[in-house]
Amino acid sequence: MSEQQLFKVTIDNITINVAPGTSILQAARSIGGDVAPPAMCFYSKLQGSGGKCRTCLVEVSKGSEKDPRPMPKLVASCRTTVMDGMEVKNITSNKVNEARAGVVEFLLINHPLDCPICDQAGECHLQDLGYEHGKAGTRYEFQRRTFQKHDIGPYIQLHMTRCILCYRCVYTADQLTNKREHGVLSRGDHSEIATYIEKAMDNDFIGNVIDVCPVGALTDKTFRFKNRVWFTKPVDAHRDCPICAGKVQLWMRGDEVFRVTARKDEWGEIKDTADGKTGWICNDCRFEKKNVSDWVIEGPSVINRHSVIAQGHYLGLKQPEETIVKVMHGQNPRFFMDIHDVSEVNRLGIDLSLIEGPATSDTFNELKKD
Amino acid sequence: MKLLLEKNHVAGIRGYEVYRREGGYRSVEKAMKMSPAEIVDEVKKSGLRGRGGAGFPTGMKWSFIAKPEGVPRHLVCNADESEPGTFKDRYLMEFLPHLLIEGLIVSSYALGSNVTYIYIRGEYAWIVDILEQAITEANNNGWLGKNILGTGFDCQIYVQRGAGAYICGEETALIESLEGKRGNPRIKPPFPAIKGVWDRPTVVNNVETLAAIVPIINMGGEEYAKIGVGKSTGTKLLSACGNINKPGVYEIDMTISVEEFIYSNEYCGGIANGKKLKACIPGGSSVPILPANLLLKTAKGETRYMNYESLSDGGFATGSMMGSGGFIVLDEDQCVVKHTYTLARFYRHESCGQCSPCREGTGWMEKILKSIDSGKGKMSDINLLWDIQSKIEGNTICPLGDAAAWPVAAAIRHFRDEFEWHVLNPDECLKRNYGLAHYADEIHVPVTA
Repeated sequence: MSEQQLFKVTIDNITINVAPGTSILQAARSIGGDVAPPAMCFYSKLQGSGGKCRTCLVEVSKGSEKDPRPMPKLVASCRTTVMDGMEVKNITSNKVNEARAGVVEFLLINHPLDCPICDQAGECHLQDLGYEHGKAGTRYEFQRRTFQKHDIGPYIQLHMTRCILCYRCVYTADQLTNKREHGVLSRGDHSEIATYIEKAMDNDFIGNVIDVCPVGALTDKTFRFKNRVWFTKPVDAHRDCPICAGKVQLWMRGDEVFRVTARKDEWGEIKDTADGKTGWICNDCRFEKKNVSDWVIEGPSVINRHSVIAQGHYLGLKQPEETIVKVMHGQNPRFFMDIHDVSEVNRLGIDLSLIEGPATSDTFNELKKD
Repeated sequence: MKLLLEKNHVAGIRGYEVYRREGGYRSVEKAMKMSPAEIVDEVKKSGLRGRGGAGFPTGMKWSFIAKPEGVPRHLVCNADESEPGTFKDRYLMEFLPHLLIEGLIVSSYALGSNVTYIYIRGEYAWIVDILEQAITEANNNGWLGKNILGTGFDCQIYVQRGAGAYICGEETALIESLEGKRGNPRIKPPFPAIKGVWDRPTVVNNVETLAAIVPIINMGGEEYAKIGVGKSTGTKLLSACGNINKPGVYEIDMTISVEEFIYSNEYCGGIANGKKLKACIPGGSSVPILPANLLLKTAKGETRYMNYESLSDGGFATGSMMGSGGFIVLDEDQCVVKHTYTLARFYRHESCGQCSPCREGTGWMEKILKSIDSGKGKMSDINLLWDIQSKIEGNTICPLGDAAAWPVAAAIRHFRDEFEWHVLNPDECLKRNYGLAHYADEIHVPVTA
């Protein structure tokens, strides 16, 4: 594509050139960092997704070179395409930050906040969103809406109470599988994702709805309550699968495979495989192959999102020069309790960056001896 | 001045014979001699504004429709009149079905729509029969079907019943529902004028708008534009309800004042039971409520008239909107908190649940209003309510979020003392109403007898 055909877009005072038809969100993602608006419902691999959660709202302060009028309302950046000369304000706009904080609050008022017992905790987009854009407390004082848990099929459990109705799973089931598996029943805050009359979702690729779910509403029944996400370490692996590409991420602890998921990029979306197709994986790979011998392990995955699960997160980390004594102006506070008295992990003197791959208490004990 | 309801009281006007004898379908005869572009021009000249609530110029909307080669275009009549307080379209369709059919034929010709739909709300079940009867009669007499009046233009009208969701009155949700899907509003762009029903260019117009095409063609756009004032041309149907002596559907020419509309015997006939006027929602439940003193006079002290500009004078701070013409009058005995709670409950129930601010916010507002209404509210709740509505407004996919936020915002803006009274007098507020406060004290004696 020649230079003239590209559109010049300025997002938060950073100017880039993108192809016509690109959405503001995709343009911002190509800049990366904090400029990229959060997206809870938009999923670039799913046609028609986006526009629903309203977390990606941005202010368009200049429509285009031809028509420089600003847009009257905040727009959903995932579904608004760029125009030549468009100027967008994301984190530099107070209006956007306020609206986004409002959306986070709305998303959380009916969310159970049961992170301590939720399998998604640690890689939950809603946790990230709440942490980055939310407030410390809630002003909601009423009973939260709840639903019964449903088993939809032998592998997937639907916990509607946690759902934020992003519709991603509906699009996945619609576009990835041969028939429409489920949809949304009822209206408003009592609407729910359902298969109607408790039908099972039965399809070779239906397991991918777990990967696209930004919260813990759809969980893998073979992994439920088995382990916390941050105790398992991700490694890339592949196998010869007759159904799918077979390129997956294994979540291991020691030599045990706890969970199999598709490989995800830094926006939490499933990565494309080498031939340019989205790397959806089949149910067989996801739910049935839980032995290391089933897989050819390629090596540790690099994850530049979700800090608690990222491998090598402590690599190259330097101990700060300011000690507690220095910060406290000479006072040396007495610890109420030293965590190392009760826990085997994270002993002082153990250099975490030296640990390669999944670690268990044995690993820590070995290092301690050195 | 009556244009739409001129022949309303002629016996048997619902049937084709009488309607035709009274001069019906003249506009079709006239229009078929004009080119579609000329009709669009006439409508543009008439200054007709959409009667469904937003007040967007109809001629301009029609000129936006994309005309790609070989792709059929559609006209959809929005008869999903679900706004609380609005029942003008029902009246029109029930008593003058042929007027709508006539307007639809002319509009279809102007837009090149060979298949035209009337999307009607499920609750208007008996009107479906009336409309289908009218369509059959029009078909039998050569006004519909193939080669209408020998022009080579084919048109067929289908009536589609909705299932009774308020959201399906929003044009893109209506289109989804018409296609047989769940009535969720689409994300715009693309607008229906580019991609509407089955991804084809579509125009969605209100019943009254399409009916108004008939007098526009009959008398000419310029003549039509002389009726009314400023940019509020032509006549408007208003459905008046609430605490008035004569509730009903009235046709006005937008030059009368609000005061005249409420108190004159020709229209509402004054407040029922000799009570005082407290507040009024001038354009259907979604538009901001106005206290009596701001309703009759604008903030500048000028008389407020029943037209688009005058009703919205002062913005939302001291004004309201013409909306869909659902004129709801509240007398001194009515409780604004309870009233707002009722509206919030409606919007919570009708939110489609697609985007988060509306889905969660409407439910939250309803719960807070319920607790204030039942004497369990806190002073901080009022500010919280204000904050919630400000975060819904403008941040949603479709205007339902705004429609849910505006009544709450206006109620707090103008009747904050009543909310505070509810909080401060939790026991008393269950037993009696707040009654009249300063915003209604200034009300004067009615001008007309």
